[in-house]
Amino acid sequence: MVEIRGLCTQFDDVVIHRDIDLDIEVGQMLGLVGGSGSGKTTLLREMVGLLAPSKGTVRLFGEAVLDPDPERRRRLRRRFGMLFQQGALFSALSVHDNIAFPLRELHTLDEAMISDLVLLKLGMVELEARHARLMPAELSGGMIKRVALARALSLEPELLVLDEPTAGLDPDRSENFVKLLRMLQKELGFTVVMVTHDPETLAGLATRLAVLADQRIVACGTAAEVAAVDHPFIRNFFSSGRAAAVRQGVG
Amino acid sequence: MAVATIEAVRQSDAVQLVLSGEWTLATMPQPISGFELRLRDLAISKPGWDLRPISRLDSAGAILLWRAWGRQWPASLAVSSGHRALLERVEGISPDLQPEPSAEPLAWITVPGRLALSAGNHLAGMVAMIGQLVLDVAYLCVHPRDIPWREFSANLYKSGAQALPVTALIGFLIGIVLSYLSSLQLRTFGADVFIVNLLGISIVRELGPVLVAILVAGRSGSAMTAQIGVMRVTEEIDALATMGVSRSQRLVLPKVLALAVAMPLLVIWCSAAGITGGMVSANLQMGLSYGFFVDTLPRVVPVANVWIGLSKGVVFGVLIALIACHFGLRVKPNTESLSARTTTSVVTSITVVILVDAVFAVFTRNLGLP
Repeated sequence: MVEIRGLCTQFDDVVIHRDIDLDIEVGQMLGLVGGSGSGKTTLLREMVGLLAPSKGTVRLFGEAVLDPDPERRRRLRRRFGMLFQQGALFSALSVHDNIAFPLRELHTLDEAMISDLVLLKLGMVELEARHARLMPAELSGGMIKRVALARALSLEPELLVLDEPTAGLDPDRSENFVKLLRMLQKELGFTVVMVTHDPETLAGLATRLAVLADQRIVACGTAAEVAAVDHPFIRNFFSSGRAAAVRQGVG
Repeated sequence: MAVATIEAVRQSDAVQLVLSGEWTLATMPQPISGFELRLRDLAISKPGWDLRPISRLDSAGAILLWRAWGRQWPASLAVSSGHRALLERVEGISPDLQPEPSAEPLAWITVPGRLALSAGNHLAGMVAMIGQLVLDVAYLCVHPRDIPWREFSANLYKSGAQALPVTALIGFLIGIVLSYLSSLQLRTFGADVFIVNLLGISIVRELGPVLVAILVAGRSGSAMTAQIGVMRVTEEIDALATMGVSRSQRLVLPKVLALAVAMPLLVIWCSAAGITGGMVSANLQMGLSYGFFVDTLPRVVPVANVWIGLSKGVVFGVLIALIACHFGLRVKPNTESLSARTTTSVVTSITVVILVDAVFAVFTRNLGLP
């Protein structure tokens, strides 16, 4: 599903990634962890083609993300959805129009169909029809995440990319959001790649972990496999009390 | 990927429709509306439906089927449990029952009424802001330690010093154009030497201040609105308030004072460039010597004109900064509002500047004219 080969990233003189290889199979839920500033979000942005790596290739669904042919690129971009850290809802559009936006861009659906699809997606993320008319500025943090998720899911993506899905939510809301994501994943069967700091989220969602440290992926596999690797960051990560949950939850 | 297909199987007494392939947004035949019509036609005869051979069904496919069935379950349906769950989800869609807010019948009176109210609201906001600034100035006179010197000098540099090249260029070019066009007319009357009076009065008194005001409104006014607006969007203004820093003292006052100081200086600078341009053009076009031009200028343009130009500069500067800050503080936390407010701010300040210029013209009609 995702195939990264020999990826290097360098901003001026600062090396972020050195020779990274990573594979993600269909149906996996991969959690990318690493210290702050280790380039997790950068790797995620390179994965979806927002950023060109200095060296190496990223292939999604067997096709290059940065394909020179714009038509192929557009088609590829319709096959995954991304949930941004702050939601990145279009603040000038209502909730309904935000979710309808990718559908309208297809130019093949009529308004009645789009409206039905939007209501269905709203139902999937457990929001009500009356919320559709609100503007993003009127939503709470948890609702923004839900609407952003509904928008990311509107084209029925095969891959969902999550950047800190539960950042800025209180523990209760974040638990609900994780439950919702897990339920939707079971129902729709998409593959998930996520970056998160929150061990609870990791335990609740990820089936595999990839650890980014020292500019490379030092370990990738189930929690048990990762914990067996001897590396200062991994030792530190698993020794903290909170992460006990991760070890139980993942794998 | 397997395309969605429909196959009709005739059994003893009824037609059974067997659907197979992938029923997803990407794989359904295009255009989808045509496909839906075809399904609807097939559904009219109330056949049995067999959905079991479908390999993938997404919500678009499910909605399509549901709509073809007329939003109800068909009498005879065979479907896998996973797909049935999806169809049940589609069944659960509750359309938004609240009616769309319809157009008001009294729009012809409510629309201008609302406009007037919002104009009044903005006016009241401006008056309150001016009042607050007066209070701030009084407070700073008593507590000179709190005077925001750094912000003041930063604003002075950004909206004053950095505007020097562009104002000089515009002034110079306008001077050339004005001098060239007038000299053509004056020559027909043999009144070449009056070019000095014409250029001197019009540039020093009118064109200089108005040109600079329009440039500064577009350059610094928009920047001020956008800056304060983004600070509101990112809650920086609230952060200032929690630290006990008055936003009018730290954000509005330095901007107003900086423009009040910078604008008259820019007016002088721009007028000088304009007159230089006019002088060069007059020399080339009519052979008027530089010495004669410089000698004549103070005699035919009374010094009162310079004072009028300077005071216009101060007033315009204060107005532009006030309007920019006022609209910046009214930005709502979304991108649309930011762009709308910035536009309104620039348009309002240019309009107000020209209105105030007209008022100036009326009240100074007896001053400075030889």
